[in-house]
Parts: sequence; C-alpha cells; structure tokens
Amino acid sequence: MIWKIFLFLLLTFVSIAGITFPIVEKPSTWYEFPFIPGLAENAKIIFFHVPTAWLTVIAFLMSTIYSFKYLLKKNLDDDAKAYSAAQLGLIFCVLATVTGAVWAKFAWGQFWSWDPRQTSIFAILLIYGALFALRSSIESEDKRATLSAVYSLIAFITVPFFIFVMPRIMKGLHPGSAEDSNTGPIVDFQMNSSMQLIFFLSLIGFTILYFWMWQVGYKSIIFRDKLNKQVMI
Amino acid sequence: MIAKSYALFKKDFCSELRTRYAINSLAMFIIVAISVILFSIGNETITESLTGGLFWVVIFFTAMSGLARAFVSEEERGTSLTLQLIASPSTVFTGKLLFNVILVFCMNLIIAILYSALFERFVVQNFPLFMLTFVLGNIGLAVSSTIIAAIIAKAGAKGTLYPVLSFPILLPLILTCVQLTLFSFDGTSFEEAKFELAIVVGYDVIMLTASYMLFDFIWKD
Repeated sequence: MIWKIFLFLLLTFVSIAGITFPIVEKPSTWYEFPFIPGLAENAKIIFFHVPTAWLTVIAFLMSTIYSFKYLLKKNLDDDAKAYSAAQLGLIFCVLATVTGAVWAKFAWGQFWSWDPRQTSIFAILLIYGALFALRSSIESEDKRATLSAVYSLIAFITVPFFIFVMPRIMKGLHPGSAEDSNTGPIVDFQMNSSMQLIFFLSLIGFTILYFWMWQVGYKSIIFRDKLNKQVMI
Repeated sequence: MIAKSYALFKKDFCSELRTRYAINSLAMFIIVAISVILFSIGNETITESLTGGLFWVVIFFTAMSGLARAFVSEEERGTSLTLQLIASPSTVFTGKLLFNVILVFCMNLIIAILYSALFERFVVQNFPLFMLTFVLGNIGLAVSSTIIAAIIAKAGAKGTLYPVLSFPILLPLILTCVQLTLFSFDGTSFEEAKFELAIVVGYDVIMLTASYMLFDFIWKD
C-alpha cells in the first residue's frame, strides 16, 4: 500500500513539475528549466513522451522473453504474462505515437513526416496489431499461445533493422538521429540538473506504474482462465 | 533429408501442375494489379522513384495472394498429419521453402518483364546490382512468407490475416529493396550500395535461421 501512495505522489509531482516549472534564460533556482534554442516550451514533452516510448520497448522485450519462456516450458502463465505485456505495450505505443506527433506538429510543422523514428514506431504498432489479430483468430488456448509466441519472436528479430537501418535509409529529424548536427539542438543534452532530475523521476515513476499494471493485468488473465475452466467442468 | 525434401517439393510441383491453381491465379493477379496501376496513371509520366516503389508494391501483394497456399493446402486436404509422421519438421520446411522460392522467382520475373515493357521510366542502369537485389529480395520474401504461411495454416484463418502478419516482418526488406532498385536505376556503383546489400543479406540469413529454429514449434501440435 505504501508504495502505491509513493507512486501516486511521485507521478503527481512529475506531472505538475513537468508542466508548470518555468523555462528561463539562466536558471538560478532548482525549479527553473534552461531555455533550449529551437525548442523552448516544446522541450517539456520529454517528460511524458520519452517514458512512454521507453515502456513500449520494455513491454515488447518482456513480451518476447515470456513468449520464449512459454515455448521452452509450455506453461500458460507465461503466455498470460506475455499477453499482458503486449496489451500494455500497445497502449504505451499509441501514447508515444500521439505525443510524438503532437510535438512534431509544433517542432517540425506537421504531424507526420515518415521520420525513421516515426516509421519504426509505426512498424511496432503494426506488429502489436497483427499479434492481437492473430490471437483473436485462434480458439484453442495452447495453439494460440504457441503461434503468438512464435510470431512475436519473429517480429522481435526485425527490430534491430528498424533501429540501425531506417536512420541510414531515410533522413531523420528526430533528436538523436545520425545526421543531427544542425537540426536537433537537444542532442548534446542541454538539460540542466533540475531538468534531468524531473526526467529521471518521470522515467522511474512510469516504469513502476508499468510493472504494477502488468502485474494486475496478468493476474487477472490467469484468474479469468481458471474461472473459465471451472465453469466448463 | 535432402532427398526427402526434394520428394516433397516434387509432390507439390506435380500437384501444382495438375491443378495449376497457384500459377493461374498469380498470373491473373499480376495482370490485374499492373493494369489497375496503369489505368490510375493514365497519360502522366511518373518518376523513377515512384516506378521503383510500385514495382515492389506489386511484388508484395502478389506474394501475399499466392504464397499462403503452401501450408494451407496441406491443412485443407488433411494431409499435414501424414507429413508429420513421415518427415522431420526441417525437411518439410525445406521442401515448402524450395517450392515457394521457385514460385516467387517465376512470378517476379514476369512482373519485371512486364514492368520494363510497360513503364517507360523502368530503365536499369546498373544491371548486375538490379539482379543481385532481385535475387536476394526474392529469397528474403520467400523465407518470411513461408514461415508466416505456416502460422496462418495452423491458425485456421486464411486470407485477410496473411498480409497483416507479413507486412511488419517484410517492411525492412521491402524498404531496403526499394532503395536498392532506385540505386540500380541511377547507376550507383556496388561500392556505394554495399551497406544496403549487407542489410538484405543479413535479413535473409537471420530470417532463414530463425525460421528453421521456430518451425518445430509451429509444426508439432
């Protein structure tokens, strides 16, 4: 119970701090963020966009790991864990796409421009969508678990291509891409210590939130399956 | 094992020659797809990059319409249990892959010939680069679509699910192949295109390895 209160306070603080702390030329107190040329107020998206994108990847990784575990041990609980991780991954993936598109509207002038990062997140969105389409088409539990595990493993090995290949093939605008020397001023991370503090607190808060939601999610799936079996018997 | 997979390939080949289901439907699909593109273009001249992109669009959708047959037909006829008894999973996969590779090569050859005849901007400057892209791209396409076809056949959902599952898997391959095709139109040398070629080779090798490792789980009920 205590850590739930702690999480609530942490996320409340991060949300309020991330939105309301002023951006000034020369920060003097701890609650002032530095002015980053070219980004200005847009820079505040980093407190909400980056954690969602980070959790998208973490959820995808965990879904793959539990899929792999399912294939090795054939324990349906692992499938529930992978499924729950994928569900959360889809939610965070949509959030990351939307927050990123809104930011891009103000920073680059349009919502969508097929930047390498946008293409990659779109591909991950498609993979999640395909995974749920596959799952809903199969009735038998074991078969559904096996086939979706195999599919998520195959999908996972395409991820390195998106991370390393896309930036080479397409020119990128996103902060942190390869040819970023003149476009993205945030790359040399002109965040001061207060901005970094809020950023990492936000990252930690969202990660704890994810693990909590994941636990609730997979436990409810396991209970539901048990109840279904009892009803059938 | 090689003899057995060849026998399996021969069985598929003979049954295909008898019904000509895949060949006929694929040929018609190619004609329909290309004529739709030609109608929508009308009298306008499209750019080289658009021609290269449309070339791979037709290849992707033709593959999606024909390659699922390999495993779906076994499930439909109820012969997959017999196959499980007489051959190991990797043998079955090799046989099916061989059939699909040949099918992909035939259909893409037809598409390439039709494109070079019908599209005036489809002019290849660096022919060896185009051929290499074509061969590597076809192998990658055949490998990925064969393993997805196996999943689809076991899932019992034919048709619509196949392109949905295949597209994210094939996206890196198709994007790189489009880029390489544009390079071959521009007459770019091998030296400049070697990074993209390395990506396609890497994709083929990784997908082939992963398919052989994961096919056991799909095939054994």
